[in-house]
Amino acid sequence: MPVVAVARDLDARTLTITARFDAPVERVWQLYADPRQLERVWGPPTHPATFVEHDLRPGGRTTYYMTSPEGERYAGWWEITAVDEPRSFTFDDGFADEDFNPMAAMPVSHNVYTFEPDAGGTVATFRSTFDSAEGLQTVLDMGVEEGATQAINQIDGLLAADAAA
Amino acid sequence: MSGTDEDRADALFQALSDRTRRDILRRVLAGEQSVTALADKYDMSFAAVQKHVAVLERAGLLTKRRQGREQLASGDVQAVRSVASMLEEFESVWRGRIARIDALLADDPPQPPHPHRSEEH
Repeated sequence: MPVVAVARDLDARTLTITARFDAPVERVWQLYADPRQLERVWGPPTHPATFVEHDLRPGGRTTYYMTSPEGERYAGWWEITAVDEPRSFTFDDGFADEDFNPMAAMPVSHNVYTFEPDAGGTVATFRSTFDSAEGLQTVLDMGVEEGATQAINQIDGLLAADAAA
Repeated sequence: MSGTDEDRADALFQALSDRTRRDILRRVLAGEQSVTALADKYDMSFAAVQKHVAVLERAGLLTKRRQGREQLASGDVQAVRSVASMLEEFESVWRGRIARIDALLADDPPQPPHPHRSEEH
């Protein structure tokens, strides 16, 4: 499994996932720089993504939408805030109306993706932070859920991880 | 999800956003405690600790009952679970995404180990 670590920070509403891919950093970067490749991985098979604009440079703007099985479109935007090609990029991800205007009342997540070389492969770290629990919930409600929410038996683990922080 | 549920989710995260409150919650999840006993654990006034307990109570993370002159607090395990489940759901989104990235990268035609530009003639 490519996922090597998952860290959930309850109070900071942050999820950090670390994965290892069997491809060099430059190749992984290319996947994020190319909207045709990016849209193949962004949305789940039930909600395919279409990237309309995509410019992986500081200040660059991305617009995309995902299409639900019922044909409903959920539009989003990225604003690229920092780029250190091919090692990392930072962006805000929010919801947009059908003309891709950001919806101010909707939640924005703050994301940092980093790619480190690792014996010919890449260790990728994806960190997403939500400003509020409502924001996280809205994102989950937008049709990006995959699979059933599983029963949680990790309270102790979460609280223990938090205590160690 | 209804607005009420979202309000509740926000109250949960709000309550958990404070280190002292998380610490209080850990203690009362482990077992019922009097508010007086809790207050002894922190370098702050009884009123301040009582205020933290009240925030946790409003978020539904903690319940209080009275026994004589004591207020006894205990943690609500179910409520803590609901916070964790939201992040867990988001994690499953990411696991799917990473599996797709992995599959896309594996689709690549084999690359020479040291790709370089062709020599100039």
